[in-house]
Amino acid sequence: MSSYKKKDTIIIKDVTHTYKTETGLLPVIKNLSMSVPENGFTAVVGPSGCGKSTLTKLISGLLQPDEGEVYLSGEKITTPRPTVGMAFQNPVLLEWRSIIKNVMLPLEIVPNKLNSLEKEQRAKQLLSLVGLEGFEQKKPSELSGGMRQRASLCRALVHKPEVLILDEPFGALDAFTREDLWQVMHNLRKEEPFTGILITHDLRESIFLADEVVVLSGRPASKQFFVKVPKSKTPKLESLYSSKSIDMLKSLRKQIEIAQSQQEQNK
Amino acid sequence: MRHILVPLYAIIIFLILWELLVWLNEWPNYKMASPSDIWPAFWKFKGLFFQYGWDTLWRTVVGLFIAVLCGVFLGMIMGFSKVLREAIYPLLVGFNAIPKATVVPIIALMFVGQHDLNTILIAFMISFFPIAVSVSIGLSTLEPEYRDILRSLGASKSLIFWKIALPKTLPEFFGALKVAVTLAFIGTNLMEIVSPHGRGLGALFDSGKTNSDYPLMFAVLIALALLGIGLYYVVVILEKIFAGWAERSTD
Repeated sequence: MSSYKKKDTIIIKDVTHTYKTETGLLPVIKNLSMSVPENGFTAVVGPSGCGKSTLTKLISGLLQPDEGEVYLSGEKITTPRPTVGMAFQNPVLLEWRSIIKNVMLPLEIVPNKLNSLEKEQRAKQLLSLVGLEGFEQKKPSELSGGMRQRASLCRALVHKPEVLILDEPFGALDAFTREDLWQVMHNLRKEEPFTGILITHDLRESIFLADEVVVLSGRPASKQFFVKVPKSKTPKLESLYSSKSIDMLKSLRKQIEIAQSQQEQNK
Repeated sequence: MRHILVPLYAIIIFLILWELLVWLNEWPNYKMASPSDIWPAFWKFKGLFFQYGWDTLWRTVVGLFIAVLCGVFLGMIMGFSKVLREAIYPLLVGFNAIPKATVVPIIALMFVGQHDLNTILIAFMISFFPIAVSVSIGLSTLEPEYRDILRSLGASKSLIFWKIALPKTLPEFFGALKVAVTLAFIGTNLMEIVSPHGRGLGALFDSGKTNSDYPLMFAVLIALALLGIGLYYVVVILEKIFAGWAERSTD
């Protein structure tokens, strides 16, 4: 489906990107088109090393595509923009700052009209939303991995970005902590609506969190398959064990296998 | 209280053992001076000790200060640019490999009579290397995600440096500074011992040698140790203030 609506918040249009390495050219993304509507949340899955992280860099403007265009809210992206929030697998909190100061970091960079008290209130409000009330003055090293990732999500959202880019944010967490954070994500979406893209390796995570799951082909990545995920107002973990979900997981699994074997052949 | 008393007892026991060693072996003081010889030696020249001790101290500190400036500058260049690192690093390693004792006479001849300049120069040359290396490693091993977090918000390079790169490198920097302090003292003393008619504790040490005043030489060693300890702890305090976050609490 290369069609897209003009008013979609994230539009990726026929994007091709190639890395120049010492052994020659390495095409990572080829003719990729996809879009995310306003307040939509799309998960992107695909084989390891198929160019998913490159995609996040293209959307955030850290990289420029060789061909094609990326639009955020109708504007073509040529440089990084302060209307983007990012979180990675590594929470990358600054160890010399308290949790609340870490969350406030984007407000020190992005132009805004908040005074220091309002900035603090904004950070506090987000921290309590993810269950970190009372941990504001702690140092990152005093928190568990899951708590650090919660703080990292707050930092990504503190400046009310139009677009949230999540690059495997839960990849390094244990299964139960991960499920806790899925619920946190649902809370955040309800209270702080955002348009988001989630890169993940976890198919259950993709259908539990996203409205749409896009499967990328093996390198060079293009859109191979997508599926819309119907969402209830209050998603429950049990829904993952319904026959509908299981069928969806099976077909996604199949698509990943196809993509993997294609990537093997292209080597 | 314990962490003051335990080291204090250790020092006292060390001095007693030293005194006993000399006394049991009946060593004359030109072989090994005992602690009881050192105090009179110090007292006899106490004016010179304070005057020369000050010379040694300020020369070392100025040399170290220049080493910090140059070391941080070189480290930044090497940390940010791969090409410049490849260009500068071999030169630095080569320069560092030259034993500084061999450079001392060259510098002494180059600026004959300018004792302060000579001494500061050697203190600087001997101590900037670990600082440059640690800063460059600190900067070049900065995880790309740290940079991306700020870059994706449109932060400038200098903002990324001040907000993230610099504070993140501070623990490595202070580790290197502790090494550099000791090295700078070596540099200062090498030059002070060699320079004729110079000043500083090194010169006092040398005059002890020429006049066969062996307890004086030992007293100079102790004075140098005290200065070194003092300067080292100044660095430790600075580290606590600026990079205390890197220390994990153990309780």
